[in-house]
Amino acid sequence: MKKAWWKVLTVVILAYVIFQGLLGTIPRQPILNETIRNLYFHVTMWFAMITLLLVSMIFAVRYLRSDNVIDDDKSAAFAKVGIMFGILGCLTGSLWANYTWGGFWPNDPKLNSAAVGMLIYFAYLLLRSSFEDEQRRARISAVYNIFAFFIFMPLIFVLPRLTDSLHPGNGGNPGFSSIDLDGRMRMVFYPAVIGWILLGTWISSISYRLKVIQRTQEERVAESAVGHRAEVNG
Amino acid sequence: MQELKTLIWKEVALEWRQRYAVSGMLLYVGSTIFVCYLSFKVNQSDLTPIVWNTLFWIILLFTAVNAIAKSFAQERLGRLLYYYTIASPKTIIISKIIYNSLLMLLLAGIGFGFYVLVMGNPVADLGLYIISIILGSLGFASVLTLVAGIASKAENSATLMAVLSFPIILPMLLMVMKLAKNALDGLDRSVSLDEIGTLLAIDAIVIALSYMLFPYLWRS
Repeated sequence: MKKAWWKVLTVVILAYVIFQGLLGTIPRQPILNETIRNLYFHVTMWFAMITLLLVSMIFAVRYLRSDNVIDDDKSAAFAKVGIMFGILGCLTGSLWANYTWGGFWPNDPKLNSAAVGMLIYFAYLLLRSSFEDEQRRARISAVYNIFAFFIFMPLIFVLPRLTDSLHPGNGGNPGFSSIDLDGRMRMVFYPAVIGWILLGTWISSISYRLKVIQRTQEERVAESAVGHRAEVNG
Repeated sequence: MQELKTLIWKEVALEWRQRYAVSGMLLYVGSTIFVCYLSFKVNQSDLTPIVWNTLFWIILLFTAVNAIAKSFAQERLGRLLYYYTIASPKTIIISKIIYNSLLMLLLAGIGFGFYVLVMGNPVADLGLYIISIILGSLGFASVLTLVAGIASKAENSATLMAVLSFPIILPMLLMVMKLAKNALDGLDRSVSLDEIGTLLAIDAIVIALSYMLFPYLWRS
């Protein structure tokens, strides 16, 4: 994780995506016009969020099997960054909706499901903050993380497809696959997904490494206090 | 299997001796329905089927959250350690889910009866509506039992129970309300097969997850 090549790659990819996304040529579709550029940001961020939350869940499973608290640190870090991407995805989606569907939050099942999903993960953050003991917090939030993930996936994929929805890909609307995602857009889309995932991993890795350092410091202070007292008494 | 039956019987017997929880919850359901009745009595003709349906399920949701939260909160610490030594956690969680399902069926059934009594009965397809109540009760019990287990381990457990349970129960609640609305409108039953299938699938996922995850919760 200390190698720098993938961090440089992240910066390069994201610079490319932002440049191409905002200035490159795009196919013109009715209603969408220029806003189709949001495809590079909104959809890719959601992909990144799902990947990061998946990784978080995998670390939660690993923690339950290994009892190594670093796995829990990683799980929490990835979850927090995943939540951040989710919020950004909601904001970009909301902005997009304002120009194509007429309002910031039209009453749409997929949007509502996404908001509920975000609430589930906010509750995860609340759960983490309501424990003092580290082991307990780690174990119980790992259990909730796994549970939340398996509820979140049907919530945003299965449920909107069963109902009428404005969202592309659900409720009878065509997805973006054949109509708009021509070669030019794919060239920015896939790198964008990879770029956001790498960025998320970078932020999470800094976050959990900070936590590990914090804990090592605290343990060092505690041990030196015990050692000092032993010297004084013994 | 024998262990499971004994555990369920233990829950029922304990409850029957001092009927705090069940009578408390029955009173809760009854009072809530009565409050709704009095509030809506002003212009009863305005009670559209959608409102009737939604109100019933919201009442049932809050009842479920309260009733199932008690199932873990009631056990005192010493007794929990005792159970830890004699029974496997997987059996314990399944027994709690089954007991909570039975409790929810009882509360939902009586609640529905009372609701129809005071608020009128616009239901066209009663059979399907009863099926939706059964599926809803099972669903609430299975989702909320694990969440109650999680919340009971934390400090501010009542707030946490509410905050954790509402987002998670939402997909199930929406499915059940849609199914109930179909029954209310008297649509052909084949239309609702999708919803029933999804509900059973969510139930299965949740029960499987609870079965696998509860032993980790139990340890702490």
